[in-house]
Amino acid sequence: MNRNIIYFDNAATSWPKPEATIRAVETCLRETGGSPGRSGHGMSIEASRVIFNARDALSRLFSIDDPLRIILTKNATEAINIVVFGFLQPGDHVITSSMEHNSVMRPLRAMEEKGIELTILPCSAEGELDPGAFVPAIQKNTKAIFLTHASNVTGTIMPVADIGRIAREHGLVFCVDAAQTAGAFPIDIRATDIDLLVFTGHKSLFGPQGTGGIYIRKGLEQVISPLMRGGTGSRSEYEQQPDFLPDKFESGTPNTAGYAGLTAGIDFILSRGLNAITAHEKHLTELFLQGIGDIAGITIYGIKDTARRIPVVSFNVRDMDPATVSLELDERFGIMSRPGLHCAPAAHKTIGTYPAGTVRFSFSYFNTEEQIITAIEALRKMGK
Amino acid sequence: MNVKSQYFVMLFKSVSYALKAEKILKQEELPHKLIPVPKHISSDCGICLRFEPAIQSKIVAALANKVEIEEIRELAN
Repeated sequence: MNRNIIYFDNAATSWPKPEATIRAVETCLRETGGSPGRSGHGMSIEASRVIFNARDALSRLFSIDDPLRIILTKNATEAINIVVFGFLQPGDHVITSSMEHNSVMRPLRAMEEKGIELTILPCSAEGELDPGAFVPAIQKNTKAIFLTHASNVTGTIMPVADIGRIAREHGLVFCVDAAQTAGAFPIDIRATDIDLLVFTGHKSLFGPQGTGGIYIRKGLEQVISPLMRGGTGSRSEYEQQPDFLPDKFESGTPNTAGYAGLTAGIDFILSRGLNAITAHEKHLTELFLQGIGDIAGITIYGIKDTARRIPVVSFNVRDMDPATVSLELDERFGIMSRPGLHCAPAAHKTIGTYPAGTVRFSFSYFNTEEQIITAIEALRKMGK
Repeated sequence: MNVKSQYFVMLFKSVSYALKAEKILKQEELPHKLIPVPKHISSDCGICLRFEPAIQSKIVAALANKVEIEEIRELAN
């Protein structure tokens, strides 16, 4: 069934997964069993190790000193919701960009109705954000900056180092949405001013769906309320939620098998080398952009410089509806792409493609030059 | 107590802390074992770290500033 499929929808979820990911999930379900952190018998301790190993792998990947500062969630959306609803209070002011995904925008808009002030800084038509625009936007009641690490529509990488510095200088909490970059692009917590790093496991980290998390800088956990409360396996004699990491934010039995897979995915990345993965994906993106650059009927969005973008390319073919283009790519050529607004209406308004949206290709380490060339030829036929 | 305990146990806030300690002690090659918390020590449903009294100071030093320890207790025979 999969023989001729060209999968270019890795920004939605990565496919295929490394064999090690699949094997780790199976081994966990078959052999590990046990409820992590609950019972204390050998199988429970082994399940607890599975969860700890995921934290440990994530902390190695992101250069985080203490694995217990990583909270595991079911995805980046849950992680962002914990931060937005657990940290912000009516009267707070928040700054974000016009390139944000709805996973950030919708929780912020909901809090806006409850009394936070929201400034959405406009980006250029290529999705670029001017760090200089931040300082004038800061108010007395500004509490936090929420920023995507890279746009899921144009692939534009945001200047997180510059914005982090501004946040630090002004005493603001800096929350970075790394849904598109974690595992595909270097993130070093020690070297940046990121206070809260939100990520998902099923994209470039090569884990299963239903895995993700947040890194929380020391001290911040005290001023964030959990979204959910319940059993943690710790402090069981108390009917109140524990106040320490990670238990404060991790109630209920987790997706242990999923995290076994996530650890295997991260180990895969570390064994291949993050730089090698980034370089391969950059090469594919360059090849694709060069290949479709001279097709008359195709409009490409985003910046040209592949050093400042992730392997996500949005484009349109003549005046065709993106959904029609995607369907044709699927049916005629076996190419999986994603049309429309990509859950980021503000980003499409910014680049001028709202409401129809674009066709999006997003590449992974498992894509090949041959697949890119096949896709270019397909688009050449459709562009005419 | 006339007879010296064969083992001590180290208690933590939660299982995650115990596992972090386990990782450090494995790297330091200090013998230990994670066991369920005995009922007479705590009613908490967790695990604790068992070790021989002779290496207590080495274990405490290895975990210093890395893992918060709740308490160390003798494990009754």
